[in-house]
Amino acid sequence: MSILIDKQTRVLCQGITGKTGQFHTKNCLEYGTNVVAGVTPGKGGKTVEGVPVFDTVFEAVEKTGVDATMIYVPPPFTADAILEAVDAGIRVVVAITEGVPVMDMVRVHDAMRNSESVLIGPNCPGVITPDECKMGIMPGYIHKKGPVGLMSRSGTLTYEAVWQLSELGLGQSTCVGLGGDPIVGTSFIDLLKRFEADPATESILMIGEIGGTAEEEAARYVRQHVTKPVAAFIAGRTAPPGKRMGHAGAIISGGKGTAEEKIVALESAGIKVAESPADMATALVRAIKEKA
Amino acid sequence: MKIHEFQGKQLLRDAGIPTPRGSVARSPEEAAAAYKDLGGELAVVKAQIHAGGRGKGTIKTNPEQRGVQLVRSAEETAHVAGNILENELVTIQTGPEGRVVHQVLVEEGCDIARELYLGIVVDRGSGGPVLMVSSEGGVEIEKVAAETPELIFKEPFDPDRGLQSFQVRKLAAKLNLQGKTVRVADTFMRTLCALFVKLDCSLLELNPLVVTGDGKLLALDAKMTFDDNASFRHPELAELRDLNEEEPMEIRAAEAGLSYVKLDGNIGCLVNGAGLAMSTMDLIKLHGGSPANFLDVGGGAEKEQVTEAFRILLSDANVKGVLVNIFGGIMRCTTIAEALVAAYRTVGFSVPLVVRLEGTEVEQGRKILADSGVDIISAEGLTDAAKKIVAAAG
Repeated sequence: MSILIDKQTRVLCQGITGKTGQFHTKNCLEYGTNVVAGVTPGKGGKTVEGVPVFDTVFEAVEKTGVDATMIYVPPPFTADAILEAVDAGIRVVVAITEGVPVMDMVRVHDAMRNSESVLIGPNCPGVITPDECKMGIMPGYIHKKGPVGLMSRSGTLTYEAVWQLSELGLGQSTCVGLGGDPIVGTSFIDLLKRFEADPATESILMIGEIGGTAEEEAARYVRQHVTKPVAAFIAGRTAPPGKRMGHAGAIISGGKGTAEEKIVALESAGIKVAESPADMATALVRAIKEKA
Repeated sequence: MKIHEFQGKQLLRDAGIPTPRGSVARSPEEAAAAYKDLGGELAVVKAQIHAGGRGKGTIKTNPEQRGVQLVRSAEETAHVAGNILENELVTIQTGPEGRVVHQVLVEEGCDIARELYLGIVVDRGSGGPVLMVSSEGGVEIEKVAAETPELIFKEPFDPDRGLQSFQVRKLAAKLNLQGKTVRVADTFMRTLCALFVKLDCSLLELNPLVVTGDGKLLALDAKMTFDDNASFRHPELAELRDLNEEEPMEIRAAEAGLSYVKLDGNIGCLVNGAGLAMSTMDLIKLHGGSPANFLDVGGGAEKEQVTEAFRILLSDANVKGVLVNIFGGIMRCTTIAEALVAAYRTVGFSVPLVVRLEGTEVEQGRKILADSGVDIISAEGLTDAAKKIVAAAG
């Protein structure tokens, strides 16, 4: 078991004929992902890496039965691509693209309210269920199948955490990159619910960063609803206020969103917080031992 | 992207929002002429820099002179403008070095009955734009939010339907607006919300928003910030950018596709990925050092980018050592190692360089570094890297 995706998942790639889409389709296929269709408007009838390309998502769903999509289209067209996937009834929508205007995401966020689809991202590394299905740009081989559910607002820092976990022999059930933008499709809470309900997930590692209040809200949720051990790390303790740290969402504004506030909230919910990024996996080991 | 107050006010006027009359001046003579054009007695001279806190800020070489001052004659206007122009203004947001003022706004004085606050932002929690108002205008809104949050009133709105009239009436009641001001507020607030969406703002703030003696609303200040991700659909805003207000190295980095933020420490950092870059800064601090910057080379990390990144880091005279922390994923460690060696040779290093590589083909990558003959201190793991760079930078 896992959350969101597994080896049965039939994957679509939107933007498959672009350089990035093509490159990562190849990588995902090599990992074993069941990529069965691609979409690029105007390029229907082609094939990329042996995968048939369609003009519309609707057509791809009809002809190939895809139920998840990864989106690599350029930022001006990303919101439209997400809405097209949702309209076609795709269950899991993973938007990798970085640089989507916030106002576009406001409109998408509103459209998602009345939908059964789950949106991951944008501006994220994607989702992987090790040994089963990789949808995104993460290096597949560092992952190991196992009992840890991992969720993160960052990219390479997530790989770092996966690396540490795998080195300690702690495999992962599913790893999800939420994305570094102010408005993203899925929150820590949405994933906590899924990880808590997933029998294959025995513990949860959460990687947050400065900006917003997503970590504080997650901490509240953990206190009330999560029985599995949880550990966390917050990036950006030393970041100055008012400066955007790469990610559009990683900014301390009006005195809100500091690492200190987040760490206090997490610890008060019984979550083990790693002080150093070198100790993300060992913090989770501490959390597991304490609950045992 | 941030813009100046006078530019924001022009955008507001174009949208039909009342602002005080005024014009921008770049010399004392221009300022005096601007005063005469206004034709009244009372006017105000306002330094135009992107940082806030100008009214309380002082000129570095002349601490008697503040960044905003009332004036009553053309001579006085010229004198005040002369004190401010081409000098550094130090405010709570500029840091002690201050910011050179290249232009002042000369504006008519107005009859202020009440000072309110109005701000529009995109709220992450509700996932949409929200209009905030407060009866406590003219002071720091963060202070109001912390001390008397019950005096801030919020109404979320849909970007396409816009703010509704009933929402304005709700806010007007909370603000205790009277008579015709309520009607004026309807157009005023709904126009602002529409403008916020139309221009892809990330912040639109009027502090203060003034109720005049005759019951009208006037934008006495204007602060606007735009979403950089949406700049492709606003070519008209590009000319409002003022490079004088930006850190030169941050501009240079952005041109090379790097995300760079200058800090005060002495350890330069080059990292791939924003989250890992922030964590690397934290790690240095945790081990007793102080980071000189945030620098994310992105997913690419090719030779040209790494070379430019090294040049930017080394141009900071405070830098006494550089830490490279790369997690090679799709981009292999071998490729990164080759880029590092080539960049090192091109740039000519004068300070210690510690490299921590992890990920795909890491063993071969480390071998490339070791065999290259360049003077790189290799680190195993994050903690080891932090300890080595802190020791090397002294």
